[in-house]
Amino acid sequence: MNLIAKPSKENIKTYVPTGLFLVSLSLLDVFANAFFNLNLMEFLPSQLSYFLPLILGFIGFYLIRIEFSGVRYLDILNKNINSNNFNALLTLFTIFIIIKSIPPMLDWFILEANFVGNSKDDCTGDGACWVFIKVWFNRFMYGLYPDAEQWRINTAFLILFAIVGISFFASEKLKKYFILFLIFVFPFLGIKLISGGSFGLEYVESAAWGGLSLTFIISAFAILFCFPIGVILALGRRSSLPAIKYISIGFIELWRGVPLITVLFMSAVMFPMFLPDGTFIDKLIRVLIAITLFEAAYMAEVVRGGLQALPKGQYEAAKSLGMGYWRMNALIILPQALKLVIPGIANTLLALVKDTPLIFVVGLMELAGMIGLAKTNPKWLGMAMEGYVFAGLVFWVICYAMSRYSQNLEKKLSTER
Amino acid sequence: MGKIIELKNVNKWFDKFQVLKDIDLEVAPQEKIVICGPSGSGKSTLIRCINRLEEHQEGNIIVDGTELSESTKNIEKIRAEVGMVFQQFNLFPHLSILDNCSLAPIWVKKLPKKQAEEIAMNNLKRVQIDDQALKFPGQLSGGQQQRAAIARALCMEPKIMLFDEPTSALDPEMIKEVLDVMVDLAKGGMTMIVVTHEMGFAKEVADYMIFMDEGKIVERAKTKDFFENPKSERTKLFLSQIL
Repeated sequence: MNLIAKPSKENIKTYVPTGLFLVSLSLLDVFANAFFNLNLMEFLPSQLSYFLPLILGFIGFYLIRIEFSGVRYLDILNKNINSNNFNALLTLFTIFIIIKSIPPMLDWFILEANFVGNSKDDCTGDGACWVFIKVWFNRFMYGLYPDAEQWRINTAFLILFAIVGISFFASEKLKKYFILFLIFVFPFLGIKLISGGSFGLEYVESAAWGGLSLTFIISAFAILFCFPIGVILALGRRSSLPAIKYISIGFIELWRGVPLITVLFMSAVMFPMFLPDGTFIDKLIRVLIAITLFEAAYMAEVVRGGLQALPKGQYEAAKSLGMGYWRMNALIILPQALKLVIPGIANTLLALVKDTPLIFVVGLMELAGMIGLAKTNPKWLGMAMEGYVFAGLVFWVICYAMSRYSQNLEKKLSTER
Repeated sequence: MGKIIELKNVNKWFDKFQVLKDIDLEVAPQEKIVICGPSGSGKSTLIRCINRLEEHQEGNIIVDGTELSESTKNIEKIRAEVGMVFQQFNLFPHLSILDNCSLAPIWVKKLPKKQAEEIAMNNLKRVQIDDQALKFPGQLSGGQQQRAAIARALCMEPKIMLFDEPTSALDPEMIKEVLDVMVDLAKGGMTMIVVTHEMGFAKEVADYMIFMDEGKIVERAKTKDFFENPKSERTKLFLSQIL
């Protein structure tokens, strides 16, 4: 054991350079192997050459593990990724896996991928066939919406972004009106614009809607309606009136207990059977109602968590100032409770956005649905990977943006500075 | 003099446990009453019944000519006339001190915002924290928070103020600043019912002292008589322990 001295401050001058050299050597070996297919240790027996980077790196990390060395970067390194033998091993494995996986990823995504062309035959490389996404891009965005009318969807979303953009810079007072417009007027205006049928716009039935724009439309409407319904259900569940209380509980437990896919299926197939002859509700609207009520039940439980977290004193203080039930909840209780559960609300809304692909069971095709359709096209068989990677990226971008927004909101509303 | 608060034969139970037993109490306008007694004696429950944060099961409670009962439709109106200050302050943490004070006048009394904020600033000045008006409750010390809570109650321009152990949650050195505000308020002629263990304060402002034990009013006497010449043995024991 005393063969070599334990790494300490005395031998720092020799141990640290040696250790760093060994670690770099091991990383260099893996790097050369991964990127250039070279084996620097070829002269060694095969088993040993396979494990050598690990052994070298491990010894290297051991040598530089000097407590309170006084060298700032060394201390940070030791504390975070090299605090003991096990962590050193974990660190090495992680770095190796990252280095090893970069080249094949690069190859598939970019180097060996095909970007130009119009058909599957143009994809000659071993990597991804992005031509698929390019050719189908229009369909992925707009579904089966007629090409000539797509400007209507674009206009609707442009107006939306414009208003959101303007309201960012508008004064507090104007902002209020913009937000009211966005919530109460715009959704119906936008839907009218997209569905048409009046003002000289050609009618486009909802079965033709699809792609990413449908993802947005469904998500936006479901979020818009499920939030207030959820809040009312949450208040209802805590009501002192038994009728309201048990209706709320029944509603929440019923919708929470059924899988979304079942709900969607029933809304599309079974619900019309209960309607009197001759009445007809558009399939998209039925699906929207189903998703809204389903997510509202989840929202209600999230909000209820916030309501229960508030101290009883807040209710008493509000009451003692002469506030009735609605004023107390609107001014005192809900602002605090909702603020508390922003992470939970964000969670539910993210889940909602990611649940939208399930509408394929009733024949509606949003982004993932359109990709599913495109990959079964005889001319484009075998493109599932590209399609779903693309869908994953798009959904990730949407959800990450929402997540960041919720974090910002949390920070902005925090009053415990 | 007329009575502004009248309690007749009030009984209250929490499940099977009786917390208030045959309480009779009359308060005239501008009277200051201090209620003391051991913990669990029903003091807090008693004053919480006066603005119906707790419901009594038997007897009558009449506040400013209105009897409190289950069918009282305008309980909010009564509560707006009865200010309450809590042991835990119960300020609204999501609102600034100014908004804490002006919220109820705007939404309950329907005052214009400007006027409500003026009233709020005046009351904050009265409790000497007008310089903290734009801060949030979490940024204030306990004593400042309790003074803000008093100002908030005063903004509704109540006829009666109830104090439920207003200094019990405070650091010793902050108690005085809150008591000073309360003494000032008492001298201004407010009708006050105060549950407290601060006997110095009681001697200074109280017209009557009430001693409660096990849900009953054991002794009700003028302040001077209460301290110098208590009648019941239980009161004597309590005073000997607390003074």
